[in-house]
Amino acid sequence: MKLVMAIIKPFKLDDVREALSSLGIAGMTVSEVKGFGRQKGQTEIYRGAEYSTNMVPKIKIEVVCDDDLAPRVVEATQQAANSGAIGDGKIFVLDVGQAVRIRTGETGETAL
Amino acid sequence: MTFSKKFCGVMGAVGLSLLAAAPALAAGPIKAPDAAAMATMVNKGDVAWMLISSALVLMMSIPGLALFYGGLVRTKNMLSILMQVFTIVSVAGLVWCCWGYSIAFTSGGTNPFFGGLSKAFLMGVDGTTWAATFSNNVYLPEFVFVVFQMTFAMITPALIVGAFAERVKFSSLIVFVVAWLTVIYFPMAHMVWYWAGPDFLVDAPTDYGLLWGWGALDFAGGTVVHINAGIAGLVGAIMIGKRVGFPKEPMPPHSLTMTMIGASLLWVGWFGFNAGSNLEANAVTGVAFINTMVATCAAAVSWSLVEQVHHGKASLLGAVTGAVAGLVAITPAAGFAAPMTSIALGFIVSPICYIFVAFVKGKVGYDDSLDVFGVHCIGGIVGAIATGIVAAPSLGGQGVFDYTVFPAGFHPEAYSIAGQVWIQIKAVVFTLLFSGIGSAILYFIIDKTMGLRPNVEAEMEGLDLSSHGERAYNY
Repeated sequence: MKLVMAIIKPFKLDDVREALSSLGIAGMTVSEVKGFGRQKGQTEIYRGAEYSTNMVPKIKIEVVCDDDLAPRVVEATQQAANSGAIGDGKIFVLDVGQAVRIRTGETGETAL
Repeated sequence: MTFSKKFCGVMGAVGLSLLAAAPALAAGPIKAPDAAAMATMVNKGDVAWMLISSALVLMMSIPGLALFYGGLVRTKNMLSILMQVFTIVSVAGLVWCCWGYSIAFTSGGTNPFFGGLSKAFLMGVDGTTWAATFSNNVYLPEFVFVVFQMTFAMITPALIVGAFAERVKFSSLIVFVVAWLTVIYFPMAHMVWYWAGPDFLVDAPTDYGLLWGWGALDFAGGTVVHINAGIAGLVGAIMIGKRVGFPKEPMPPHSLTMTMIGASLLWVGWFGFNAGSNLEANAVTGVAFINTMVATCAAAVSWSLVEQVHHGKASLLGAVTGAVAGLVAITPAAGFAAPMTSIALGFIVSPICYIFVAFVKGKVGYDDSLDVFGVHCIGGIVGAIATGIVAAPSLGGQGVFDYTVFPAGFHPEAYSIAGQVWIQIKAVVFTLLFSGIGSAILYFIIDKTMGLRPNVEAEMEGLDLSSHGERAYNY
């Protein structure tokens, strides 16, 4: 099993969700996160006082799938989240040792 | 029923209302009215309007000002602002009844600085006593006047807390407010707003407060409320010192949504503040109302334009700050100006306040957290001085009435803009010195005895938890 973790622009979340659903992905975890990369931070001005925020808001998606599906999940995410500008985000793929469905105790790929 | 002479007018001038009172004038002032005469002196419309205005001014403080300020601080200090404003309002109401009303609105005899204690604890004030308005033979029930003026004593000290938000010790603040009301606010209100009233000044031609006697015009509180609170705030911000981390650490507003709600409530409530200050429901009340509306519109647009030019973006915080600056500026002029001169005043005040908020504060280096000085004091000064210009009958203004004769005289041709502006400047300088120095002495005494500031750990943790043991938000 693989964990596909993608950091994307917040407004791309719906596109990515649709793309992954059409691949048969049955669930994902989404978090609001902040971070920085090549994209510059934002400048906010309050009554003339400028604050530069160097952390940019992003969405983190975590999807666990079987090994065969992982390349297609990565590809679909990359295409759906792509706007062509810096700050589009990153995708990481990690090995997963075990998965358990809490309700039934099923393990492995059947728990996904 | 006894008729107690009450000497409690509010500033001079103003008098389209004279026309309304005309039928009663022929017989001269009614100084010992019988029941039949009294029925003609109090107007139910006036009473209703003044009670509504009192409630509107309360709404300016809570929740208006509390949310306006609260949205501008960081999350960890939100509750402390709400609590400070709420407590100040409650305490000020008590102080007002105990001795405030008496000091502000009874005669000081030959002393033009503050009144006596003859009405302390509202002694002698009851349902059968009356307060003067600006029209001959037109009166308000005295309780109505007491509660209307009470709301002004509530909001003025609450304005100050914005200057040293996020770093003041709660108990010391409340002690400061009681002392400040007593030795600064009540005397200022007396000096600017106390006079014998239109039916009594004729017989007691020197029975007025110092600034009223100079001829200073302050319709609803440019000097008494805004310059007074603004300079007290600046002195406090400097004496208490900067917030930990200022100016290096970012301290952005935690909720501009709250700030917008608060500013809008201030705008709505301000109609009670300004139009209510006419003490009657008549044509001049309408003048003050429309002036308050349009000056605020102009100032909000003006601030947005300044930001659009300076930063390329018009901000919500800028628009609502401009609106408040416009409300402050029109306050002393509300019943004297005309709508188009009010618009001009609104357009002028925003860039001036912007300079103080965006440049002067940074250059000089004081930490006026929520710009009480930059918006209220500077806006108040602009408005107070401009009142001398916009009140001129030659510019469509209401002019000034001569209350030393009965009925009050009106001589628009005698109005001198230069002369009136000079009087206004004197009133501004007096207020800055009186309140600035007096407040500094109070801060000094309280700092040496109780301490004005929480320790660094408490400030870093946030005043919500360290001062009040609760949070504004529990998600």
